[in-house]
Amino acid sequence: MSGEKKLLLDVQGVGIDFGGLTAVQNLNLKVYEGEIVGLIGPNGAGKTTVFNMLTKVYQPSRGKIIFDGMDLEKKNIVETNRAGIARTFQNIRLFSGLSVLDNVMTGYHNSITYSPFAAVLRTPAFRRQERETEAKAKELLKIMELDQVMNVTAGNLPYGAQRRLEIARALATGPKLLLLDEPAAGMNPQETEELMRMIRLIRDSFGVSILLIEHDMKLVMGICERITVLNYGMRLAQGTPEEIQANPEVIKAYLGD
Amino acid sequence: MRTENTTGKTAISLFDAAHRGRTASFALVILLYAVLRAMQAGGGLSSLFTSLLVPVTCYIVAAIGLNLNVGVSGELNLGQAGFMSVGAFTAVCVSGRLAATLPVPALRLVIAIILGAAAAALFGFLIGIPVLKLQGDYLAIVTLAFGQIIKSLITNMYLGFDANGFQFSFVENKCKLEPGGKMLLNGPMGATGTERIATFTAGTVLIIAALFIVYNLIYSKSGRAIMAARDNRIAAELTGINISSTKMLSFVVSAGLAGSAGALYGLNYSTLVPNKFDFNTSILILVYVVLGGLGNMTGTIISTIVLVLLPELLRSLQDYRMLIYAVVLIMIMLLTNNEKVKTFFKTVRSRFVKTAAAGGKEAA
Repeated sequence: MSGEKKLLLDVQGVGIDFGGLTAVQNLNLKVYEGEIVGLIGPNGAGKTTVFNMLTKVYQPSRGKIIFDGMDLEKKNIVETNRAGIARTFQNIRLFSGLSVLDNVMTGYHNSITYSPFAAVLRTPAFRRQERETEAKAKELLKIMELDQVMNVTAGNLPYGAQRRLEIARALATGPKLLLLDEPAAGMNPQETEELMRMIRLIRDSFGVSILLIEHDMKLVMGICERITVLNYGMRLAQGTPEEIQANPEVIKAYLGD
Repeated sequence: MRTENTTGKTAISLFDAAHRGRTASFALVILLYAVLRAMQAGGGLSSLFTSLLVPVTCYIVAAIGLNLNVGVSGELNLGQAGFMSVGAFTAVCVSGRLAATLPVPALRLVIAIILGAAAAALFGFLIGIPVLKLQGDYLAIVTLAFGQIIKSLITNMYLGFDANGFQFSFVENKCKLEPGGKMLLNGPMGATGTERIATFTAGTVLIIAALFIVYNLIYSKSGRAIMAARDNRIAAELTGINISSTKMLSFVVSAGLAGSAGALYGLNYSTLVPNKFDFNTSILILVYVVLGGLGNMTGTIISTIVLVLLPELLRSLQDYRMLIYAVVLIMIMLLTNNEKVKTFFKTVRSRFVKTAAAGGKEAA
């Protein structure tokens, strides 16, 4: 199947050292267009570090990241986002002083073209773009089921809603690849079920590929088409959910000897 | 999870909330202007009060600018007086130079304020280039140093002009002017013999312009980016926001507003010494902002008025006046942070808003 699809993200032998400590070694990972790929592994395996390298929060010590045919080596954080990578965070990072609606409207930052002068003078272009952005943001909030709370200050939202808002803000930047870092953390089984439905919906209606880190195996096995397992910064296994579940190495890494 | 906004009219309420603060600020300024003007006309204003009108408007403009930088953008700026100084002396020189050629004072005032603001904004931009790329408290340190450096520089500057053009010298006065020439800057004496063209009306217009600029900037793409960068730097960058240029915008606007405030201030006195804009002045403006509430422009206006007037009202107490000033400051801080006082104001406000909403519905 994936052979026919276009390769979106190609991670080639990427690794990073912090001083003498090698956090990630020689990682290879491919994400094709429209795929949902899982990145799993025990705590400290280096999963979030991989996300941080993909978004250039950390500069990889070696290897190559090709995204949408573009080498990300010289790109900084802001440019990876403009190239089409958006992410959420394990420890939620919202703009907690802004309203829910403003958080999402901030996500549209780069699709708005008026200058600060136009904003000060309230030109017609400013009014039109603000109106359009607000409408788009509201539509997105509806999909993420946050439209009822759009005027609430983001920091006051309940936990599950904060996670959904992070996804909404990431989607507002118009990504081709969405990185979700433990989206189901702290959710109850019912909320997780709802989240799975939402992730599929996002993939189908926004046409994004999704790479997600998750400890909830029900979610991972339920929605991921392919899974990569990390342990001690190295790739332990790769395959379909069935293959991963049957892999003795993976079971050993998770449960111990 | 559901809030009171389930009626489907959520669409406007964000802007309602936004507009409330804005409307309050503008209404306050216009109301105060009308009342003070009426009092002045009726002769109910002492000469002391009258002499304070223009300086208060200057400090309000500088504080509104600083609030954009400190409250909205979350950067500590300890050099607001330095930017006022740049604006003030630029404006005084411009006005002094144009005095003979441009006899209309109002026009000269406008030109001087615009050039003063531009000069201060330019300095803000130059300082911002290296500093705003860094994280942490570097801006506080550099702006503090900037304030001191500007003061020393202007203290040592001599600038005069005559029929042959400008003459400038540093440290020592080497300007040899022909008869009819005029010294614009006199070293430690500063600017002397300035024609006082600043008016209370001009100050009020300047406040309204400052509010207009700051509010329109806050409720736009730029304002969202500024606050996003304040709330979470990494998330803002990953949302595609360039942090340094965002912070630069708020810093330059803040400096420009301080410059315009300084310009008005400088043109309100016949003599202006560089020492007027020292570190204490920067701190005072910061106190106005913090006491008025970070990001709260209406609060800034009120706290500036109170804190400028207070020392003057306490003048009869002579030596004790700074003591009482300090005590009042501490009291205000304690009281405005008191939970009970806060809840009291919240209930008053919610009752007021509810009544207003109910009234609105009935009207509809």
